[in-house]
Amino acid sequence: MIRVNNIDKSFDHKKVLDNVSVSFEPGKTNLIIGRSGSGKTVLLKSIVGLHDVDSGEIWFENVLFNKLDFEERKEIRKEMGMLFQGSALFDSLTVEQNVRFPLDMFTKKSLEEKTERVNFCLTRVNIINANKLYPSELSGGMKKRVAIARAISLNPKYLFCDEPNSGLDPLTAILIDELIKELTEEYSMTTIVNTHDMNSVMEIGEKVVFINEGIICWEGNKNEILNSDCRILNDFVFANALAKQLKNSVQ
Amino acid sequence: MIKFLSQLGRYFLLLKKVFSRPEKASVYYKQTMHELIYLGLNSIGIVTIVSFFMGAVITLQTAYNTENPIYPTYLIGLGTRDSILLEFSSTIVALILAGKVGSSIASEIGTMRVTEQIDALEIMGVNSASYLILPKMIATLVFNPFLTLISISVGILGGWLAGTLSGVITSEDFIYGIQYAFIPYYIIYSMIKTVVFAFIISSVSAFHGYYVDGGSLEVGRASTKAVVHSSVLILLFNVILTQLLLS
Repeated sequence: MIRVNNIDKSFDHKKVLDNVSVSFEPGKTNLIIGRSGSGKTVLLKSIVGLHDVDSGEIWFENVLFNKLDFEERKEIRKEMGMLFQGSALFDSLTVEQNVRFPLDMFTKKSLEEKTERVNFCLTRVNIINANKLYPSELSGGMKKRVAIARAISLNPKYLFCDEPNSGLDPLTAILIDELIKELTEEYSMTTIVNTHDMNSVMEIGEKVVFINEGIICWEGNKNEILNSDCRILNDFVFANALAKQLKNSVQ
Repeated sequence: MIKFLSQLGRYFLLLKKVFSRPEKASVYYKQTMHELIYLGLNSIGIVTIVSFFMGAVITLQTAYNTENPIYPTYLIGLGTRDSILLEFSSTIVALILAGKVGSSIASEIGTMRVTEQIDALEIMGVNSASYLILPKMIATLVFNPFLTLISISVGILGGWLAGTLSGVITSEDFIYGIQYAFIPYYIIYSMIKTVVFAFIISSVSAFHGYYVDGGSLEVGRASTKAVVHSSVLILLFNVILTQLLLS
């Protein structure tokens, strides 16, 4: 289980996370939702250690992650996979080399074994015949899928996704959501997804955490979210015209 | 002043991270070979062209400024040799490489920073500073002395061609001049300067790229800063090394 206790984070004296405490359910798809600038990405990056928190605790199972040094963190990081907002594929490497990179770095497998694993991961995310292409030759959706393939190449225990649907059309976004959910179940990973896309919430949100101005305002699941009496959450959930109409028609 | 000291501290902390133990030697070896080609071999062209013409100009300038029957003409060859050996091939070539290689290193690493590729490395448990910067440093430290040797050879060749073709010096006098009172230590001096300048170019440029914060505009700014700061440091260390090594 990943647990966050009373964390604070400020940038240039501006508090971005304020006494945040939350736990994420193991083996499930956990969503952090909130408006742009609410602190979602900072929270996610603090959990994985890309930002050092000012105070508080971040636990991975029974390990106090944020008190470990870089070398000690490496062991836990090898169990992490992360999908970044812009995919973060290495520009100078082909699709195959990108997915093989963690295997090259951290395993002693032969080239054949690594190639087999790469092909398995790419096939799993429905990327076919693109091994020799460079990231610049891929569409946005393909980049995300290759990034997911890279993230799962080492069979991670934890998967982190920062705005996996940003910049994608609704259909591709659903495909990416479904893929994340399927992989979470298949590998029993603990997945944390940052999003402001309500479609994603309704598709894959097994546990949902709503953050506003650096404060956790609400926790629940996708079924509870529609009936919440949290005003700020309702403003967020029913922000667009379609959702408002739907709500009015139900009422 | 506090900002300067803070930047200096960050620079040394980055170097500490760069020189920590690599995760996997074979991956670093491949990366170093790639950088040797990208930063080293790809610089041969510009170094050759600049050195050839600078050698030619040094010869012609020396000839026009020593037009006096008292001076033997072979001094033109000697002057060309010493100018190229002592200053041009190490310092001027380093300044040119600060522009070419330095901006390339800063923009490459800076782009990786703003597109979260460095974060992706960190998440995997890779020491991003070491993985990205160490191979570039090794490549420049290993290859720049060869570039300097190429520059010396091509510069003298350019001087000989310009001198003989323009008729300001005979081939025999030029060749006698470049051999006259030759001090082999000058080559060692030139190599020491080259290695120090290579370290400045790679580390300062990598520092500016690694700590880029923002978007493409900041990457451009970091690239400019990398070239300016590397050039100023090269000039500063040129004075210090000249005093230390030739006094």
